[in-house]
Amino acid sequence: MANVRFTGLKKHFGPVRAVDGVDLEIADGEFLVLLGPSGSGKTTLMRLCAGLDEPTAGSIFIDGELVNDVAPRKRGIAMVFQSYALYPHKTVFKNIAFPLSVEGLPRNEILSKVEWAANLLGIGHLLERMPSRISGGERQRVAIARALVRRPRVLLMDEPLSNLDAKVRHTARDELKKFQREIGVTTIYVTHDQVEAMGLGDRIAVMNDGCIRQIGSPDEIYQEPSDTFVAGFVGIPPMNFMEESGVLTGFRPETFLPARLVDDHERRIFRFRIERVEHLGSYNLVYGKVGEALLIANLSVRHEVREGTEEDFAVRLTDLRYYDRATGRRIPP
Amino acid sequence: MLKRIVKGCGFYGVLSLFIMFSAVPFYIMLITMFKRNHDLLDPNNNPFIFNEPPTLQHLDLLLHQTQYPVFLLNTLLVGVLVVLITVLLALPAAYSLARLAGGWGEMVGVGIFLTYLVPPTLLFIPLSRIVADLGLQNSLWALVLIYPTFTVPFCTWLLMGFFKSIPRDIEEQALIDGCSRLGAFFRILLPISVPGIITVIVFAFTLVVNEYIYALAFIQESGRKTIGIGLTTELIRGDVFYWGALMGGALLASIPVAILYTIFLDRIISGLNMGTGRQ
Amino acid sequence: MRQGHLFHSDRLTALALLVPVVTYIVAFIGFPFVMSFVYSISDATIGDPHFSIIGMRNFREMLQDEAFRTSLANTFIFTFVSIGLVVVLAHILAELLIREFPGKWIARFLLMLPWTAPIALGAIGFLWFMDSVYSPFDWLLRKAGLLGHPGDLFGPMSNLYWLARPGLAMASVILVHVWRLLPLATVILIAGLNSIPREIVEAAQIDGAGYFRRLFHITLPLLFPVIGVTILFSVFFTFTDMTVVWILTKGGPPPHATQVLASLAFLKTIQGGDLAQGAAVALFFFPVLAGIAAIVLRLVKKAVVV
Repeated sequence: MANVRFTGLKKHFGPVRAVDGVDLEIADGEFLVLLGPSGSGKTTLMRLCAGLDEPTAGSIFIDGELVNDVAPRKRGIAMVFQSYALYPHKTVFKNIAFPLSVEGLPRNEILSKVEWAANLLGIGHLLERMPSRISGGERQRVAIARALVRRPRVLLMDEPLSNLDAKVRHTARDELKKFQREIGVTTIYVTHDQVEAMGLGDRIAVMNDGCIRQIGSPDEIYQEPSDTFVAGFVGIPPMNFMEESGVLTGFRPETFLPARLVDDHERRIFRFRIERVEHLGSYNLVYGKVGEALLIANLSVRHEVREGTEEDFAVRLTDLRYYDRATGRRIPP
Repeated sequence: MLKRIVKGCGFYGVLSLFIMFSAVPFYIMLITMFKRNHDLLDPNNNPFIFNEPPTLQHLDLLLHQTQYPVFLLNTLLVGVLVVLITVLLALPAAYSLARLAGGWGEMVGVGIFLTYLVPPTLLFIPLSRIVADLGLQNSLWALVLIYPTFTVPFCTWLLMGFFKSIPRDIEEQALIDGCSRLGAFFRILLPISVPGIITVIVFAFTLVVNEYIYALAFIQESGRKTIGIGLTTELIRGDVFYWGALMGGALLASIPVAILYTIFLDRIISGLNMGTGRQ
Repeated sequence: MRQGHLFHSDRLTALALLVPVVTYIVAFIGFPFVMSFVYSISDATIGDPHFSIIGMRNFREMLQDEAFRTSLANTFIFTFVSIGLVVVLAHILAELLIREFPGKWIARFLLMLPWTAPIALGAIGFLWFMDSVYSPFDWLLRKAGLLGHPGDLFGPMSNLYWLARPGLAMASVILVHVWRLLPLATVILIAGLNSIPREIVEAAQIDGAGYFRRLFHITLPLLFPVIGVTILFSVFFTFTDMTVVWILTKGGPPPHATQVLASLAFLKTIQGGDLAQGAAVALFFFPVLAGIAAIVLRLVKKAVVV
């Protein structure tokens, strides 16, 4: 168990600034998600933490120890790759046991540790199979078991759920969070899927262009995004924006309701021209315009609206967020 | 329906022509090596079948009265040693270029591959001087020393391609799991690469058996000759051709090599493509 | 905890692992390559360890030597005629072989034999096949009434003398080259044909293109780099080859009907003991090889980009 600290971390690949000045502190036992689009630097940041790449500038501390020049195998970390990187020529048992046998542990100790990890992940029955003979979900568990078998100080995971079938992903997510809590290992988790990030993270660090735009709990990130990038990246559909003399007024689709439903006196009313309604089963998305701005409302199916009509819609003043149009940064209320 | 029959005939017809073109010389070699001389050396006899019962006399001559077994042994010996040297040189180089060297690795790899373009029919000239200076004239060690010049470039290229086809993930995982670079190489990369390494071994061996000019230039003593040069010098004495034994000797040595090569042919071709990054 | 210096050692390791190979190549390819240039402008012989530089005299003598001029011409003729035949035949054979049919693996083995069997041994087979007395092919022609009597298609003599008549001997050498290269070229072409994504061919079919239109507008253009590679390899193996010539004719029939640069160089060096002249002859490979190297480099660069 350890905390992790990055100070002024940079990684440049020639002219490309993959990581461009990151300061981050991750508490012991925390599940931190690095969220961002591809190219945002999140994977590079994780690889720097692992020691697979060398930083151009800055420092990495694990448990207070400076590890910049320490080889990956000596950092006390474990990693799960997106492809799971199972050793194709070894059985599941040998895969999980590999870190232990490299360490030179005695055979019976290896046996008991592998069994513990396999049972934790529910794959005890697969130990003699070869990786090519098990399903994607099972391979993922093997990778996680292999990562945990050494009781690492820090667990790094690079989009481990993205190769799974959509159906399996929910249960996988649930199990992942449950046993991370149970074991309590400090976890850094990389993903581009913001639903995953919100579901898993204790805190989320939203990254873009090599920098961290905002760190906070899922609620904080969602409710109080610090710039237009975060506001637009997190939330499906993304936050609505209307430009009004150099200021972007933002509000989430689910706060954009027919005026009759918003009885707060502190509200703002818009004349909404409804163009199209998407019926998505548990909720409807209403596409339309206010002035020239294209906006989306997220409505419960109980409230009927008709395409081609105009209606008064409203947002509570407390639900409005203001952003500077030039910089994208949040203007404090 | 008729069109299909005609098409089928056309297909198999043309195919048979090609097969005959390729294989008939070997068929003739096969028949000839078992034909009695009386049958063989009569130009009026059908050369494609046995007009008299087959005989083993040529084989007997070949195996017991010529140096043929010695030639086979020499070729085998040189082959094994050269393959060993090739692997020892090419394996680390291929790993270095595929994994460690980054951008300049690609260029060095191509450079090594290009040295293959310097032909033995040019190099044999200065090399025969070097061989003489080293006192290796007439020795199989000359071949063992020189043959890697044409096996190593190609095999390094092949191995580079094989290594590149293994995802980096797996090695990086090994680094995290506790291996040093060297450890990751031996415990993870090498076992996975075994099919590729076997392909390289087979390919290098076929290159050795195919070699002609260096052996001809460096080796005069008949007891030291390899298969390629030995047959023509031993079984053609002046104007006298020992046809039966000659054909037998050629065929016997060809078939195992051909079988091995055919089994690995697809791997070799795809290995060449992998090296260039094209599939 | 001990620090493991990972990153500096990576680069050093990369270089260290290359040292054996590079040393060997420099010593046994690079250095001799340079020496061949030196020899060509010297008077070196195999017997004498000392030699002096004599300038371009070897080259001047060579250009006046009829044997050399014939060899040069032959080398080009053999190479380009062989390549031309091989490319056309390989295309046909490749089209046949990409289909599935019963017994394909036997067919493949037999078709590959000319390449997979060692070159010297295959050439030995042709010694018999083209013998001046016993040639099986001549026997077939005689039996078919095309040879052996006045007025026959192939002449009144009882044999064709494949290797003893200058024109026919050249054709024989070319035949053996084609025979040998066809399997290799075919396999390369098949790999190329298989690499054309199916969707592109299917899209063309949906668009209404017939076989020949597809061939010329889609298949051949996409195959261009593969055909280029095939030609390159084939040129390389034929242009610098001496084995086929040496085994079949040793450069004859006299004086030099089938002599090529490689066999001439061998004659001068090993049988004549004249390193200098041999080197001068063999160096004429160099422009062609440099050209091939340049083309290969460009192809590889293009391939990486694609």
